[in-house]
Amino acid sequence: MAISNVWVFAQGANGEPTSATLELLTKAREISSTVTAFVVGEAESIAAKLGEYGATKVYATGDLGGKLPGVVGAAAMKAVIDGGDTPDIILFPQNYEGRDVLARLSVKLDKPVLTNNTELAVQDDVVVVTTPVFGGTKLVRTTFTGSGPYLVSFRPKSFAAEPSGGGAPEVVAVPVPDLGAAGAAQVQAVHVEETSGPKLDEADVVVSGGRGLGEASKYEMIETLAKLLKGAPGASRAIVDAGWVPYSYQVGQTGKVVKPNVYIAAGISGATQHMVGMKGSKHIIAINKDKEAPIFGIADLGIVGDVHKVLPKLIEALQNR
Amino acid sequence: MNVIVCVKQIPDPAQVGELDPSTNTLKREGKLILDESDSYGVEMALQLVAAAGGGEVSLISMAPNGETSGLRTALAMGAAKAVLVSDPELAGSDALTTAKVLAAAAKRLGEFDLILAGTESSDGYTGTVPEQIAEVLGLPSVTFAKSVAVEDGTLKVNRQTEAGYDEITCTLPAVVSVTAGVVEPRYPSFKGIMAAKSKPVEQVTAADLGISPVGWAAAGQQIIEVADAPAREAGEIIEDDGEGYAKIVAFLEQLKVI
Repeated sequence: MAISNVWVFAQGANGEPTSATLELLTKAREISSTVTAFVVGEAESIAAKLGEYGATKVYATGDLGGKLPGVVGAAAMKAVIDGGDTPDIILFPQNYEGRDVLARLSVKLDKPVLTNNTELAVQDDVVVVTTPVFGGTKLVRTTFTGSGPYLVSFRPKSFAAEPSGGGAPEVVAVPVPDLGAAGAAQVQAVHVEETSGPKLDEADVVVSGGRGLGEASKYEMIETLAKLLKGAPGASRAIVDAGWVPYSYQVGQTGKVVKPNVYIAAGISGATQHMVGMKGSKHIIAINKDKEAPIFGIADLGIVGDVHKVLPKLIEALQNR
Repeated sequence: MNVIVCVKQIPDPAQVGELDPSTNTLKREGKLILDESDSYGVEMALQLVAAAGGGEVSLISMAPNGETSGLRTALAMGAAKAVLVSDPELAGSDALTTAKVLAAAAKRLGEFDLILAGTESSDGYTGTVPEQIAEVLGLPSVTFAKSVAVEDGTLKVNRQTEAGYDEITCTLPAVVSVTAGVVEPRYPSFKGIMAAKSKPVEQVTAADLGISPVGWAAAGQQIIEVADAPAREAGEIIEDDGEGYAKIVAFLEQLKVI
């Protein structure tokens, strides 16, 4: 069974496709002759760029009218499939909306899901996905045993995004079917948290703090350092649970997975669930007063020392440049 | 107000995980504990029932070997009873099968207003089961809840988003998955631990729930290889003598970050 029809769950933010969308479109092109983008929302502003990255067709539900994407997306995808366009594989990003659409669609189609993947390959017409386990020390390769559509999701930055130079795609409006009781949730207000600087999972530099900072007020050093390096501040689960910073700052297995060029871990010991979230960083700098801290096992540069001494001097040196 | 909480009992994450070489799946022998993600769901449920002035929190769980120690922890926190689905046939079940099983267990408990769960388990982290349960039951759902309240029979949730959070309202019954930190889970009191010993835990099989096939036969997937990931080599580790910061500056200069 050759792969010839791959869909990508595509999202836009601020009038542009998200980087995860472009990464998945690039990967989709590698394995399939036809790539379709499926937008749960409005697609006009991003259609041209989706075409530039390889989508020849874009399905779009149009504005959600306050309904949640999970229930709308799954119903819309099922309607298109029932109408005769059955993809071989649907690629989803591993994020809030991607997971919800994937989940509800799997029930509608009665098909299994494979999530948290970092690689996708087609070998002799068999779809193989790879997922890291045990803190990233082992890679598990899995295939589906039944027929498609195969539902798979990928961690951000699993693939590089490259334009194909494709032209404008055909945009097809998908009417949203009746959602029934499942569609009862309604968005009443949207809050955008003021973050100056890059998003945590897209930043080139991430500076994270952990319990070693001692108290919530010391987290300010992390914010200052991140800003100086034009990066994003992050956090270990311990300080998120302690309420020092919001959950959106959390890096790790149950937070965000990041792959910046530089990751600085200050006062973080390196629990497995944290390392899962950042061990793919290109360069890792760690500061911790315990020389046995597991984080030093993956750091390119490790400073065994007190963050309360090292960070202020580092900040001062950078401010004086 | 009756709330059902999905709880998972998992190998202690502090222990190094191991794969069973014959099936390439996670070994689940030995003591299983309450997944920390689920302690948030249990606590949230207890607080919602208290705020409503009445009702109870029930637990549903799928676990091998009739394991109940994690359930007793949640019962000790204040949950009233549990339904445990335990059955050798369930070995190798995937997320979709798990959702079908838990949905059936929920229905077995009778009328409920809300089903709570964590956003993902700390051992499998597939992250789809709560939403799949909602779809199986034909219910609305809100995932990634940072705060949950029920006011005059309406569910009000602040849902985490990429950009910040959305305020969501929803009718009941519904399914909600909660993020870590949504509430501060209580430590079970001694009295709670003693009381938990005699709270009812009904054990059922997949056949009792009418779910078939389950386990490997239903998973629709197959692990074909487990390989070591390329190891990351450790780099230069130095003791701070007051000049450690300068090494960081030099490293950043080398990388052209500054």
